[in-house]
Amino acid sequence: MSEAMISIEGLSKSYGTTQALRGVSFEVPRGQVVGFLGPNGAGKTTAMRILAGYALPTAGTAKVAGIDVVLNSLASRRMIGYLPENNPLYEEMMVLDFLAFVAQVRGIAPAEQRQRIKNAVEHCGLKSVISKDIGQLSKGFRQRVGLAQAIIHDPDLLILDEPTSGLDPNQIVEIRHLIKELGQQKTVILSTHILSEVQSTCSRVLIINEGKLVADDSPERLALGEGGTIHVVLTSRLGNALQAAEVQSILAHIPGVSSVETAEAEGAGTLGFALGYGKEDPRRALFEAAVKNGLLLLEVRRKHVSLEETFRKLTAGEGAPSGPSAEAA
Amino acid sequence: MSTALAVARREFKTFFQSPIAYIVIGVFLLVTGWLYFSTLFLGGTASLRSFFGFAPVLFVVFAPAVTMRLLAEERKSGTLELLLSMPIKDWEVVIGKFSAALAMVAVGLLWTLPYPLSVSSLIARGVSFDWGPVLGGYFGLLLLASSFLALGLWASALSRNQIVGFIIGLLLCFAFYFVDKFAFLLPSSLGEILQFLSVDYHFENIARGVFDTRDVLFYLSLTTAGLMLTTRSLAAARQ
Repeated sequence: MSEAMISIEGLSKSYGTTQALRGVSFEVPRGQVVGFLGPNGAGKTTAMRILAGYALPTAGTAKVAGIDVVLNSLASRRMIGYLPENNPLYEEMMVLDFLAFVAQVRGIAPAEQRQRIKNAVEHCGLKSVISKDIGQLSKGFRQRVGLAQAIIHDPDLLILDEPTSGLDPNQIVEIRHLIKELGQQKTVILSTHILSEVQSTCSRVLIINEGKLVADDSPERLALGEGGTIHVVLTSRLGNALQAAEVQSILAHIPGVSSVETAEAEGAGTLGFALGYGKEDPRRALFEAAVKNGLLLLEVRRKHVSLEETFRKLTAGEGAPSGPSAEAA
Repeated sequence: MSTALAVARREFKTFFQSPIAYIVIGVFLLVTGWLYFSTLFLGGTASLRSFFGFAPVLFVVFAPAVTMRLLAEERKSGTLELLLSMPIKDWEVVIGKFSAALAMVAVGLLWTLPYPLSVSSLIARGVSFDWGPVLGGYFGLLLLASSFLALGLWASALSRNQIVGFIIGLLLCFAFYFVDKFAFLLPSSLGEILQFLSVDYHFENIARGVFDTRDVLFYLSLTTAGLMLTTRSLAAARQ
């Protein structure tokens, strides 16, 4: 238990009558980069606030490296670097003054402060704006300042609440790169609703919906487990007319294919089909069946079920399963 | 405690980087200077008594003006979340903010020192200026200010809106200033209780040069109560 960087058990939080979290439990081992996904209002921010020692849970426990965030709040806060939602910063302060202030409140020894600030500035590429007011900075630089204050004390755990929201595509790539780099030495938990971000930065995904954990797996498996569709366009090898019903039955008998529907063709003498498939990839068998039956494959286009579709399935209203879904796979 | 100091230093610096500091202190000096010197020569006494007479009323307005943004702004901009997720105790945040506010008021009062200095130089030869009540008065003003600032800080913790914080602070300070003003209409036992609650009554004692620990204790208790309420409100602001 104590090896886990984060261990959360039965965490609940309610604001008056609304329940933001309903008994969430999970563990994160040291060194993992975890993506926290969920629609707006699912409870991501609440969970992160509790973990960061800002909000108090109504029930359940949360521990950081074995230290309870409620009972021993100061000790757990020392181990955490936190980037709150919307990255609130003291706008009127100079970047350098702000980082110095954070270093002081973080209790870094005065002799060490210079070096720590220098490290954070270098790491986050803030050198050019060090003597500017935070209020004058672009969103990308503001985000870097937010990250710099989160890493200045070299924390074991980084909690980043929507670190790339509101950034332009170039800035997103930069910040992602920075997070990836940080993730090599630290445990990182980041929330986002950009799904490709999770695929590119995280080794594990937690999907939360209506205050409950609905999935917990690697992004690859969450995306793969469900199969997808293959669009094929066929024609006859010998140039004679094709019987649609006959071809359809050939295709339906290919191992791995779960459904066959007619789809757009490319013109006279061609037929188009959409083949649904499950966990097994039927492409090899498809090719063999085509050769055997004198068919020519003009086009084979596979479309994966993306993480997006899994996400939508898990978080769209009532149909959402209640347990970690991909575990059965 | 060094964390509280860091908060205080940041707040003090921010205050003097913004125009509010100069507006608040400037207006304070303008009003006190005009009120003081316009009546000085009519009274004909070389003392600061009139200054210490109206200073408490001015503090009713100026103390909440100093404190109004201290917590309300942090709540509004979200930086409170940043601050409270750092390893700092809630009361250290409160003490830090309060110390900064008290230091601002002290700086403002420093600029009124030319009043006693100029009056003491105007005095007839061979007569010595009585510095006792002046020092007592300044000491009393700082005590009075600290209790008003603690109340103002609490008001600032209650809302995200600075203006709301200012108005609540103003009402609180005014209540503690005004509480004994009609005490003479009431039976004497009740009147005495009201008098004991009055910030102004205790100040008059100190400004007269009468040093009584009860007066000092009154201000310290009021300050402590205000700071404890602020700490509680801050904890409640954690969501």
